Amino acid sequence: MAKLHISTTINGEPEEFLCAPNETMLDVLRNRLGLTGAKEGCGSGDCGACSITLDGTLVCSCLMLAAEAEDKEISTIEGMADGETLHPLQQKFLEEAALQCGICTPGMLVAAKALLDENPDPTETEVRFWLAGNLCRCTGYDKIIRAVMDTAAEMRGATK
Amino acid sequence: MSSNDNKWIGESTIRPDGADKVTGRATFAADSTMPGMIWGKVLRSPHAHAVIKSVDTSKAEAFPGVKAVITSSDIVDFPIDTPFPLGIQDMRWMCRNVMARDKVLFHGHPVAAVAAMTEAIAAEACKLIEIDYEVLPHAIEIDDALADDAPILHDWMEFEGKPSNIAGVLEHTKGDVASGFAEADVIIERKFTTRPVHQGYIEPHACLVSVAADNKTTIWSSSQGQFMVRAMTALLTGLSQSDIRAIPAEIGGGFGGKTIVYLEPLATALSKKSGRPVKMAMTREEVMRASGPTSGSKSVVKIGCKKDGTITAAEGTYWLQAGGLPGAPVRGAVGCALAPYDIPNGHTLGYDVVCNRSKVAAYRAPGAPIGSFGVECVLDELAEELGLDPLDLRLKNAAKEGTEAVHGPVYPVMGYVESLESAKAHDHYNAPLGANQGRGVASGFWFNAGGESSAQVNITEDGNVVVTTGHPDIGGSRAGIANICAELLGIDYKRVSVLIGDTATIGFSNLTGGSRVLFASSMVVTESTGKVIRTLCELAAKIWDIDPDAVDWEDGAARPAGANAGQFEPLTLAELAARANETGGPIGAGAQVNTTGAEGGFGTHICDVEVDPELGIARVIRYTVLQDVGRAVHPAYVEGQMQGGAAQAIGWALNEEYLYDKDGKVDNPGFLDYRMPVASDLPMLDTHIIEIPNPKHPQGVRGVGEVPLVPGLSAVRNAVYNAIGVRFNDLPLSPPRILDGLNVPEAAE
Ligand code: FES
Ligand code: FES
Repeated sequence: MAKLHISTTINGEPEEFLCAPNETMLDVLRNRLGLTGAKEGCGSGDCGACSITLDGTLVCSCLMLAAEAEDKEISTIEGMADGETLHPLQQKFLEEAALQCGICTPGMLVAAKALLDENPDPTETEVRFWLAGNLCRCTGYDKIIRAVMDTAAEMRGATK
Repeated sequence: MSSNDNKWIGESTIRPDGADKVTGRATFAADSTMPGMIWGKVLRSPHAHAVIKSVDTSKAEAFPGVKAVITSSDIVDFPIDTPFPLGIQDMRWMCRNVMARDKVLFHGHPVAAVAAMTEAIAAEACKLIEIDYEVLPHAIEIDDALADDAPILHDWMEFEGKPSNIAGVLEHTKGDVASGFAEADVIIERKFTTRPVHQGYIEPHACLVSVAADNKTTIWSSSQGQFMVRAMTALLTGLSQSDIRAIPAEIGGGFGGKTIVYLEPLATALSKKSGRPVKMAMTREEVMRASGPTSGSKSVVKIGCKKDGTITAAEGTYWLQAGGLPGAPVRGAVGCALAPYDIPNGHTLGYDVVCNRSKVAAYRAPGAPIGSFGVECVLDELAEELGLDPLDLRLKNAAKEGTEAVHGPVYPVMGYVESLESAKAHDHYNAPLGANQGRGVASGFWFNAGGESSAQVNITEDGNVVVTTGHPDIGGSRAGIANICAELLGIDYKRVSVLIGDTATIGFSNLTGGSRVLFASSMVVTESTGKVIRTLCELAAKIWDIDPDAVDWEDGAARPAGANAGQFEPLTLAELAARANETGGPIGAGAQVNTTGAEGGFGTHICDVEVDPELGIARVIRYTVLQDVGRAVHPAYVEGQMQGGAAQAIGWALNEEYLYDKDGKVDNPGFLDYRMPVASDLPMLDTHIIEIPNPKHPQGVRGVGEVPLVPGLSAVRNAVYNAIGVRFNDLPLSPPRILDGLNVPEAAE
């Protein structure tokens, strides 16, 4: 199969790659671009470990064809911190022990950031339903939900 | 040492591997690559039970891009008649599990593997392997496997002199149950079933293996034990252990399911044959078809009490599914079932039953939730029958220091009674309930474990600390170790880096499992740190020219032990490290110990559910986990264990099960239909940590991780009873089952 040439933007930087027409964005990120922060937990859109944003919209990169990235802006976990400064969500996840094994963490963080970008003051129920597509088998979600709520409160405080 | 004297033990510090994990830098098994790497893929059986008559790999080998093909002839055979134990496993079963030999025993059983330039080529080539099967009738459920006309999986397996699918039996007896039941005023006997459930780790099994021409082998893989990976891979491929360096990748969850190998020996054989590094990763579907789960079970539990609630006798008989090869967690079921109680006459009996499912692997407190389920359900019913509060019934019979358990040991000091008393006093237990809501309680026990551990503590030239241990960190254990080492040295925890060594850089360390890691590794880290502190005191003594016994280590510095020792300014760790070369050389020490003294752990759960009578959906609306953890070295990760275990229990109780089609094939091998709890299914999970220090451990640690799964199944089930008045004895309590129960309440009794 002839490869497609794709031009896109990843974490704010222009990027070009070649991919097969049937290759997923997740495989391109992980296998061609060395961005292994997004994980494959299922490959079927059911676990959220591969979460990225595409023009600001949360998507499962395992369900997206890499060719769809043409002229779009992609953000991954690798682009979340600002240089040495962690995003408030990343910092809060550490402080509140919102990860155990950490395999779900990149996807959780990307999804949680997408939520807070859209809704800076979510209720617990809104956080739970927003993150319902991100499986975590270790934590029982308690500390994750708390960390997201606490970050939201902190960020609201900071912008007042 | 009271907890108030501690600076770091008992603090929820930030984990040493944290920044890597929140930025996507942490390297899990599937994240590694190597120059020249190719991809391996497994060909799996399309049948649940069949004889392999012939295998022809020639077309696959000739396929462009294919670099190696292996079959069972490339894996070392361990003959059936010679047991070959390795830990709790037996290599006879492992060699047949990683690659079917003469028979396939479940749909998804590996039969060959291919390494090729790309994953797609490897998958394509797998389809070209020609296998001639003679398909046999299969047995999926326990009753299918135990039927008189059941297909026998293994012609060498006999029970009581007859061909059988019963691979083994284990029992515990105390006193005389018959006379105990004769003394009882009330006896309740019920039958129960639980379904096989998968550990559900989000990271599928994966590895990268490089075998050089001189056999020097490097394995990067995600497991609960790099030494287990080394030993099993060496045995299954014929390499020597000294040629294998097994490097533990970060592990994306295991819960027991990564205590055995699946891919590593195959990738090693493929790498050896192809001369290239080989990467393999399971898909989720492969994980669901061919790894784990824990056993499904059926059981009969009978308990007799006096009118005042005193248990006079208890009996449990269990049948556990092992999957295609022996090894169901019978010990956990028959050992833990009655362990929370002081029972004069008890008997538990368990059977290991093979059937055409994937071979079970350990799952958090293996067997214990199965053993406990029926017991905690019958106790709930007895409490109602006797008009007693269910916690009072448990308190009346609670095991204490000095109790002789039915499974043998005499208990030391422990906090089971405290978990019950705290539950009774908890505002959750006393909160009002609304319509269609119910509350259930249950208790549980796990053995916990010691075993081999190694550690090395080195002081850097700039006076900081690097600790290396040999246990993959699955839930924050590095953070606990940093706390302990910093506490002992009297320095900021951030000055302690904690790493997991590979098999070439740290001494033998047993698996991460059984709730043993912090218990055992903190023992060897404490011993190593103690040696380092002695060295530091000796160095200070040398500088001061006084007797080393006249030097104390306090607050991160050597100090003269008293006025008689002399007047010297304290020498800090950094100062001593800087002068190490002139005073004696590098500062560091290790310890390697077969640790003992892990004492059992007990917990009690309170669960509230609300049942939607129209849809049959039971929702957990409040949950509290109370547990004696001995000592919470890092409370946030202790709570995390308690919450994570409870969530898994809720999934087991309410939703999780495999669906098989008529051909013996799993019909729901994915997260969409195999329904684990998601964030919107659960409430906050409250924890109540009880700390009754384990006297046999330097910090009082007992082990935490397994217990929180054990009581949850029955706590949920008892809550559903209290919500709708139907006692379900078969899990899961999925909407169809609840609706059936609501429509014919008497049928469920
Ligand atoms: S890997 Fe994409 S949703 Fe699971
Ligand atoms: S922390 Fe392990 S899956 Fe979420």
